[in-house]
Amino acid sequence: MSAPVSNPNVGEIAVKSTVLLIAALLCFAPFLFQDVRALEVAARICVFIVLVASYDLLIGYTGIVSFAHTMFFGFGAYGAAILLRQMGPGWDAVILGGLAGVLVSLVVATAIGLLSLRVKAIFFAMITLAAASVALVLASQLSHFTGGEDGITYRAPDLFKPAFKLMTGDDGKVMRIFGVKLNGKLAAYYFVFVTCLILFFVMLRVVGSPLGTVLKAIRENEARAEAIGYRVVAYRTFVFCLSAAIASLAGTVYAVWLKYTGPDTALSFAIMIDILLMVVIGGMGTMWGAVIGAVLMVIAQYYLRDLMGVAADATANIPLLPELLNPDRWLFWLGIIFILLVYFFPKGIVGTITQKGVRG
Amino acid sequence: MENLSQILGRFGGVYLLPVGLALGAFVLIGAPASWATLTIAGLSMGMMVFLMASGLSLIFGLMDVLNFGHSAFISFGAFVAATVLSALSGWVGADSVFLNSMALVFALLAATSFGLAAGWFFETVIIRPVYHDHLRQILITMGALIVSEQIILALWGGTPITVLRPHFLEGAIILGNVSVEVYRLFAFALGLVAFIGLYLVLNRSRIGLLVRAGVENREMVESLGFRIDRLFIGVFMVGSALAAVGGAMWAGYETLITPALGGEMMIVVFIVVIIGGLGSIEGTLLGAIMVGLTANYVGFLAPKLALASNMILMTIILLWRPNGLRPAVK
Repeated sequence: MSAPVSNPNVGEIAVKSTVLLIAALLCFAPFLFQDVRALEVAARICVFIVLVASYDLLIGYTGIVSFAHTMFFGFGAYGAAILLRQMGPGWDAVILGGLAGVLVSLVVATAIGLLSLRVKAIFFAMITLAAASVALVLASQLSHFTGGEDGITYRAPDLFKPAFKLMTGDDGKVMRIFGVKLNGKLAAYYFVFVTCLILFFVMLRVVGSPLGTVLKAIRENEARAEAIGYRVVAYRTFVFCLSAAIASLAGTVYAVWLKYTGPDTALSFAIMIDILLMVVIGGMGTMWGAVIGAVLMVIAQYYLRDLMGVAADATANIPLLPELLNPDRWLFWLGIIFILLVYFFPKGIVGTITQKGVRG
Repeated sequence: MENLSQILGRFGGVYLLPVGLALGAFVLIGAPASWATLTIAGLSMGMMVFLMASGLSLIFGLMDVLNFGHSAFISFGAFVAATVLSALSGWVGADSVFLNSMALVFALLAATSFGLAAGWFFETVIIRPVYHDHLRQILITMGALIVSEQIILALWGGTPITVLRPHFLEGAIILGNVSVEVYRLFAFALGLVAFIGLYLVLNRSRIGLLVRAGVENREMVESLGFRIDRLFIGVFMVGSALAAVGGAMWAGYETLITPALGGEMMIVVFIVVIIGGLGSIEGTLLGAIMVGLTANYVGFLAPKLALASNMILMTIILLWRPNGLRPAVK
């Protein structure tokens, strides 16, 4: 599948340098793009890179399709949200909430895994879909606990308040570096960035370890992996739990950043579709693909809709076309792109580029 | 213990489960009248779900294709039927049973023919290129589902649509102190007719023989000179049409439909197919009836549990029979 590490080809170098560039841009995002929306986009990209990479552990590396990934994301987000609401803003609430989310995710993932990973892959996909929808319904029904459809708003720890001063200048005002205020917003962004970076490196390590090789072996030939002596069900359940735990942590981070958790931001099926699109667009079976897919999709989400609104206004006289170009219908176009990608570039952007380099 | 299971097996084995469920519920509910109402509601819901699920199960059994876009046919069926009924609103509201039933027939025919056409399109354009590749199948049908949902939103808008019911299906029959909605009886009858039709075609006709042989061993049927790919398209079209009819019936049952209908039903359909075992009509019927009955009984006995009831039922059955109750695919 992938080229040997010893002689990196042109494509691989291109991919890796792009990823490095993205990492650098994200690292200095608050200084490079000084408006609120851009920082929102950057934080969302960070969280989704982790979320998509953890999903890629399942779909790309081990070859199992789960539709419950947002459920685990939601567990983490709701864990932090509920505790931040109940216990007031503080680090204890964030840590306890994160741990609770991870714990619930692990229990549910183990249950689903042991129940259904031994049978056909397709069963697993169906069961996770059913579980995820039950979780979504439960979240909107248990409204005294989860805030129902409205979700929960709460305050983040004091360090992340926009009014918090990280450093004060001589005049007692907040200090600025290159015109950027060193306030709580900046601290919050770097909290998101650093946590996501750590989680991403953990996954890179897992993928590069012997464990990662076993996972690939299971994907390529389950019977042979079993015959060599690897317990396929145990490995699959383990990786399912691992990716669930990482998704849950990503959810906690996102909940702390947004200061709001609701079905739309943490649990809805739309997020699952986003993750699927990101994985497929970026390329399955490579961590770099997750980075590129997440970046492209999030930017498209924020900026493509504006473009579509312009296009819809421009075609207002033609029947049906404005309906389809309506910014709300942007999933229609993404769906078509998705189908075409699965047909013609099943390896995604990164996979295709890397392969090109090998041939050339 | 051995003897007991043998006796149970002789009297129908797993087919006794709905009966046992109904008896258990009878004891728990206590009031015969409400029990009867709930049972009839459960059975008719089960039959409608059976219509939706049978196609999915058959397609998987024969073609080894799991169509995640199946729910698109359900929603399209519902919306096409609703549109036809509202276009024929004069007939629907008329006092003549003939005009009423003509409107209904037209609505169901529209849903069926749409299902057939969309099924053909889906099979040839979307799924044909990715046979034997489960991962890409799941992804592609999921993509097709996204696109279809967006098309429904673009065509019919996001607001709920009221579905007109033909006049003669309104109201209820009173038997003793049990009131039975006519629409439910009709849904039950239609589902039963579909089941008997499918059963006879699959078990008593030459085409059914080929389909069953194809489920068992595709290569062998091909090597005997039968065009199994044509059979595939046929099964796919019929399965999609059944889903569309099921969606149309469900639309009349709910009377208020939104584009989210397909997605909501899809979960139920999946659970039914998993419980019943993939690939068999009998298993699907069994699963559908179990889900319909459980949903209604639990909704009455413990409304708070109603949401999770299907999930709990599925978990219990999977723990007992990991491949479902009556799988056709080994």
